[in-house]
Amino acid sequence: MEDFHHALKFKYELCIGCSHCTGICPTGAIHVKNGKPNLNPNRCIDCGKCYSVCPVSAIYIEQDDFNTIYNYAYPILLLPSIFSAQFQERISNRAILSSLYHLGFKQVFEVERSVPVIKEKMAEITKNEFTEKPIISTFCPAIVRLIQVKFPSLVGNLCLIKPPLDVTALYIKKSLIDQGVKEEDIGIFYVAPCAAKIAAVKSPVGEDESKVDGVINMNYLYNKVLRVIKQGEYKLIDNEQDFHTLCKESLLWALTGGEINLLKHGRNLAIDEIHNVSQFLDKLENEDLDAIDFLELRACDESCAGGILCAGNRFLVAERQRKRAQNHVHTHNDNDALVKEKQYLLEHIKVGEVQPRSMDKLDDNISVAMRKMKRSFEINTHLPQVDCRICGYQTCKELANAIVNNEAELQQCIFIQRILEHTDKMTTGEAVKITKSIWGEAKIDKDVIKSLKIE
Amino acid sequence: MNFTFNVEGGDFTNAGAASSHVKKMMKQLGVDAGIVKRTVVALYEAEVNVVAHAFRGVITVDIEEDKIYVKLEDEGPGIPDISQAMQKGFSTASPKVREMGFGAGMGLPNMQSNTDNLVVNSEVGKGTIVEFTNYF
Repeated sequence: MEDFHHALKFKYELCIGCSHCTGICPTGAIHVKNGKPNLNPNRCIDCGKCYSVCPVSAIYIEQDDFNTIYNYAYPILLLPSIFSAQFQERISNRAILSSLYHLGFKQVFEVERSVPVIKEKMAEITKNEFTEKPIISTFCPAIVRLIQVKFPSLVGNLCLIKPPLDVTALYIKKSLIDQGVKEEDIGIFYVAPCAAKIAAVKSPVGEDESKVDGVINMNYLYNKVLRVIKQGEYKLIDNEQDFHTLCKESLLWALTGGEINLLKHGRNLAIDEIHNVSQFLDKLENEDLDAIDFLELRACDESCAGGILCAGNRFLVAERQRKRAQNHVHTHNDNDALVKEKQYLLEHIKVGEVQPRSMDKLDDNISVAMRKMKRSFEINTHLPQVDCRICGYQTCKELANAIVNNEAELQQCIFIQRILEHTDKMTTGEAVKITKSIWGEAKIDKDVIKSLKIE
Repeated sequence: MNFTFNVEGGDFTNAGAASSHVKKMMKQLGVDAGIVKRTVVALYEAEVNVVAHAFRGVITVDIEEDKIYVKLEDEGPGIPDISQAMQKGFSTASPKVREMGFGAGMGLPNMQSNTDNLVVNSEVGKGTIVEFTNYF
């Protein structure tokens, strides 16, 4: 199995070993050992749930060095339209745009500019009666990975077209080269609202490589821009054209319902938040749901407005974005230079097949998997089903699976420990040693008795 | 590995419990996603049939290294003419039922197309036994 790039990283020195990340992970990708989280790279889908619950910010999201933009003569910013919705209303789009130029970008393109082209392809695919229904959107990369690892039988339902990010990047490269800019001078920098988008840029699913040259975290850029604005260092530009090319539909794209609103026919459903999505896909796998044509699935609550790298509160960001879509005066789609390149973009809009990579498989060899499954089932029936995580795993079932894969031992279960102590099969010293191996030395420190003055 | 599930007639909300469980097991074994899908579709269809028509039923599942065998035994009205019931579009449903989109006569044919080997035995007034096997 090839390695998957993950944008989420741990700062082990900050981690207090609380296991909140273990508890919330929708794929059970994290277990605790020696007091620190251990990530299973084949399960992690970069949804960022762990990042949100970490009480000490010990999880960070990698990004490229901002200064690499200066390595290019023609640095371009590829900006999700919800970026401007991070700011308070009194900060104008003109000021935001001016600051971005001040920072060194030659041009700013909003990501969703290619939505009118994508919409056309979506309509074509949904109309085709031979397409496997429901068609599942591939816009949210965390969802694509969730399906690969947890719902492999649904990979055939994925809508194999590029998301706006890639189509717009394709357009930028082509149009600049057509204008005479040298390809090596163009540096496209994408501003990511979440970890999954970064992972998708660094190791695209169904594609060879991304057209994007670098990634900047949205939160980082927000702070940089706000500082420029507050210090008033920038020169106000006259022309806000870069923020005027989006139509209403494009502005709403990244919010919940943004994709299904584009589809005029059929039964289409929008679901956000990863656990909601998981629950629905589980149902979809089990039974034949009545003639659903299209599923818009997003990993974050409030879709991209709830991206973990968004600076603003997700409800406020969504509200501001809706307001912008309402009030926005925009050029007609047909006049947009990008839409004039439609033919070229449509020729390159398809992506390759997405391969399943089931995380549940206990072994590559089916007879070994069978043995392991039987044993795991047997172990699990004797575990307490409390899912307390004291063993370091998310659930009792996960512990049972780890045991049959020789990654854990039965004595890690605190209930089993008690039984063994009670029947003189284990000393308290041995039990403490095991607990320390899971949670680290510091959490089982005898001196705590003195400090807390426990009699 | 053997499992049994009980199905209550009329309990539509819990129909699908057996297929959900079987799906999880097949995933752990690493069975091809397409075969998992076929099996789950067939089993779900069969479960719903028991819930819709019988008083109660027992599902026995046997998963081996190379195949899955499923047997659904119900106590119910039975099927008078099985070969007729296996035909696409054949249905005993009244026009009222069909109006709602049920009883399209695709139940058994759908199971047939999603299984490698399907055997149906029935005794009118006693019940029906549906057995199927899918190979990995």
